Amino acid sequence: MWQRLRGKGRLTPEDVDQALREVRLALLEADVHFKVVRDFVARVRERAVGEEVMKSLTPAQQVVKIVHEEMQALMGATGARLQMSPHPPTVILLCGLQGAGKTTFAAKLAGWLQRQGRRPLLCAADLQRPAAVEQLQVNGRQVGVPVVAPEPGQHPQDVAADAVARARSLPADVVIVDTAGRSQADIELMTELRTVRDRIHPHEVLLVLDAMAGQDALGVARGFAEGVGVDGVVLTRLDSDARGGAALSVRAIIDRPIKFVGSGERLDAIEPFHPERMASRILGMGDVLGLIERAESALDREKTAALQERIGRHGLTLEDFLEQMQALRRMGPLDQLLSMIPGLGGKALRGAGAPQPDERELGHIEAIIRSMTPEERRRPEIIKDSRRRRIARGSGTSVQDVNRLLRQFEEVRKLMRGLAQGRLPAGMPGMQLAGGTMRRNRQQAGRRKRR
Amino acid sequence: MAQEAAPGLFGRLRVGLGRARDGLFSRIQAVVGGRRALDAETIEELEGVLLGADMGAAETERLIGVLREAAATERLAPEEVPERLRELVAGDLRGAARPLRRAASGPTVVMMVGVNGSGKTTTAAKLAHLLRSEGATTLLAAADTFRAAAAEQLGVWAGRAGVDLVRHTAGGDPSAVIFDAVTAAQARGLDSVICDTAGRLHNKANLMAELQKMVRVAGRACPGAPHEVLLVLDASTGQNGLVQACVFTEAVRVTGLVLTKLDTTARGGIVLAVHRALALPILYVGVGEGLADLRPFDADAFATAVLGADGA
Ligand SMILES: Nc1nc2c(ncn2[C@@H]2O[C@H](COP(=O)(O)OP(=O)(O)OP(=O)(O)O)[C@@H](O)[C@H]2O)c(=O)[nH]1
Ligand SMILES: Nc1nc2c(ncn2[C@@H]2O[C@H](COP(=O)(O)OP(=O)(O)OP(=O)(O)O)[C@@H](O)[C@H]2O)c(=O)[nH]1
Ligand SMILES: [Mg+2]
Ligand SMILES: [Mg+2]
Repeated sequence: MWQRLRGKGRLTPEDVDQALREVRLALLEADVHFKVVRDFVARVRERAVGEEVMKSLTPAQQVVKIVHEEMQALMGATGARLQMSPHPPTVILLCGLQGAGKTTFAAKLAGWLQRQGRRPLLCAADLQRPAAVEQLQVNGRQVGVPVVAPEPGQHPQDVAADAVARARSLPADVVIVDTAGRSQADIELMTELRTVRDRIHPHEVLLVLDAMAGQDALGVARGFAEGVGVDGVVLTRLDSDARGGAALSVRAIIDRPIKFVGSGERLDAIEPFHPERMASRILGMGDVLGLIERAESALDREKTAALQERIGRHGLTLEDFLEQMQALRRMGPLDQLLSMIPGLGGKALRGAGAPQPDERELGHIEAIIRSMTPEERRRPEIIKDSRRRRIARGSGTSVQDVNRLLRQFEEVRKLMRGLAQGRLPAGMPGMQLAGGTMRRNRQQAGRRKRR
Repeated sequence: MAQEAAPGLFGRLRVGLGRARDGLFSRIQAVVGGRRALDAETIEELEGVLLGADMGAAETERLIGVLREAAATERLAPEEVPERLRELVAGDLRGAARPLRRAASGPTVVMMVGVNGSGKTTTAAKLAHLLRSEGATTLLAAADTFRAAAAEQLGVWAGRAGVDLVRHTAGGDPSAVIFDAVTAAQARGLDSVICDTAGRLHNKANLMAELQKMVRVAGRACPGAPHEVLLVLDASTGQNGLVQACVFTEAVRVTGLVLTKLDTTARGGIVLAVHRALALPILYVGVGEGLADLRPFDADAFATAVLGADGA
C-alpha cells in the first residue's frame, strides 16, 4: 500500500486516481456511506489535479494531505459543547435506534455533568422496553443522580414534563430524558417522540449512534433530523475496533456536531469528541500515510525507504520496531503518533476515546527490547523461557511483560505481512501493541471481575 | 400457536420494506431498461444498491464481476440484471438456513452471544416463546449478571412467554447461572435451556475469556452442551460484523447466526460476507420487538429484501 501510493516523479492524473482508489476502499471499509464516499473522492480529485506539489512533499503525499484536510473539514470543529440554557433547567432529550446506547449514555452524561459541578436529574421516559426504567434507576444510583420514573398510566411526555417540573423544585439544573429506542421509519413512534419534544422543549436533542453502524446510519440521521430535529450526535462503542465511518456519513448529511463519544460500558467511559482523531481512525490507511509523512522529516528519507523495503521483504523485526519508536519519540505528541502506526492505530482499540499509552510504558517496552541480543530482536521466536527470564531481569520488568510484548509484536508482525501482501481484512482484531495495552491488561488483572 | 397466526413468512419485514425502501430495484430497472449492456452508469447504480445494503466493497465487486461475465458470455439482457443479481445473492445464501439443533437426549442448551445491544435478551425470549409454542418445555437463564437490570429485563420476558427463569444476584458469576440452569433443566426433565449472556465487544480479551468459561461450564453440566451458540448480529452493523463473527467463532465456536432488527431500514447485507467467509448457518431473523417477531431465515425473501426489491 505504501509503495503504491508513494509513486515517484510528478503528480499525474493517474497518480491521483490510484491514490484515491485506495482511499475509496478504505472509506467504504470504514462504513462511510457510499454516496458520501463518492462526493468526497470527487472533491479531492478536483482539488488534487492541477494543484501544485509542494517542494517538501512527494506527489502522493500531496494527495494525502488534501485527503486529510478534507476529512477534517468534514468532521467539523473541535470542542462542540452542550447548549446550556441561561434559565435552568437545561433539558436534554436523547433519541436513537434500539440498543444504540441511550440509557447507558444518559447515566454517563449525568455523571459527567455532576463532575463539572452541575446538578443533573435523570428521567426514564422509555415505557417500551422491559425493565428500561429499572436499568436507568440502577445506573442513576451508580452515578448518584436521582431518577424520575413514570407513574402507572403515564405517557412518555407526562414523565418528561414531570421531570422538568421536579428539576425546578429540587432544584436541578439539567434534565436528561431517556427515551425508547425506535426506527426513524416508525411513524407512530416518531410521532410519540415529537409529542415528548413539544411538551418539554429540549435545549438539546442528542442522537445516539453506534460506532459500528453501517450504511443505514445516514438514513437514520436524516430521519431523526427531519423527524424531531437533532442538535448533536453521540457516538457510542468507540471502544470497539470498528473504524466508525458512520460518523462521517452523519456529518455529511445533517451538519450537526458530534458532541460526545462512549468508550466503554462503565459509566465513566464518556469523552468529548475529537474530530481529528476520528478522521485518522476512519481513514485507517491514512494513519500509515501520515506516519510516513512525518517520519520523513524525523528520519531521513533513505532510511524510511530502507525500512519500508525491509518490512515489505522480511517482515517487521523488533529492531525495526525499536527504531520506529525512537524516531517517534523525537517527533511529537505520543498519543497522536502512536495512533498512526498500523496495528497501534485506528484499526485497533486506540483512536478517539481509547486510553492512550504514556511515556513510562513506552520506556518499559524500549527497555525490554534493549535487553535483547541483536539476534533475538531479529528472530524473536528463539526467545524461550530462560531468555525471557534474562530479558525481564535485564529490563527491570516481569516475564509477563516480556511475554505480552512478544505476543503483541507477533500480531503486529502478522498484520504487517498482510499489509505488504495487500490482503488485510480491515479492522481485524488483536493488533494493539505497546503501552496502552500493557496498562489496560494490568488494570484488568487488578480488577478481575468485569470491565 | 401465535407463530401460525403471524402474517406469512417475513410478513412484517415486507411492511417495513414497503415503507422505507421504495423500490431501489425499480431504480435499477429504470437505469438498465433500454440499454445494450452493463454500462458504467448501470454498474454504478448496482454498486450503490450493494454497498448501500452493507454488502461491503469486496462482495460488491465480486457480484458485479459475476454479472459482467454473465452479460458477456450469456448475452444477459439488461432487464434481466436485477433478477439475476437477486438470484445470485439468494443462491449464495440458500444453504444457510437450518432449524435449531436439538440434543439427542437431555435438554437442548442454547447460548445467545454477541456485542452490546444487538438483541440477545429479546431474541432469547422470542426463541423461548417459539419453542414453548412448539410444545417444548423451556427454561430461560439470566447469565448476564453485569448489565444494569438485565435479569429484570429477561424476567419480564419470561413472564410474558410463560417460561421459568433462573437468575442469580447482580454481579454474580455468569457461569454459575448457566451451571444452575442446565442442572435444573436436567433434574426437571425439561427440553430446552436458553441462556442470555452479557453483551461484549469481541476486542475485549477478558470478556471473551469469560464467555469461553461459560461455554466450558455448560459442557461440564451437560455433555454435548451448548448445542447451539447463536451469534446475535444487529442488521444495522456495518463491516465490523465480519470481524465480530470471526472473533466470536474463533473464541466459542459459534454454531449459527440470528440477524435482528430487519424490520427497520437496516439491510443486514454483511451476513452475506459472514456466511461466505465462515459458512455459518443463519437460523433466524428478528423482525420486531414483540415475542412473536422471530422468523426462520429464508434466503429468497432475504435476497429480495436486502436488495430493496419492491413488490416482494
Ligand atoms: N462497549 C460499549 N458498550 C456500550 C457503550 N454504550 C453502551 N454500551 C452497552 O450497549 C448496550 C445497550 O445499551 P443501552 O444503553 O441499554 O442502549 P439503549 O439505546 O438504551 O437501548 P434501548 O433502550 O433498548 O433502545 C448495553 O450493554 C450497554 O452496556 C459503549 O460506549 N461501549
Ligand atoms: N426493531 C427491532 N428491535 C429489536 C429487535 N430485537 C431486539 N430489539 C430491540 O433492541 C434493543 C436491544 O435489545 P436487547 O435484547 O436488550 O439486546 P442485548 O443484546 O440483550 O443487549 P445487551 O444485553 O445490553 O448487550 C431493545 O430495545 C429491543 O427491543 C428486532 O428484531 N427488531
Ligand atoms: Mg434504553
Ligand atoms: Mg441483554
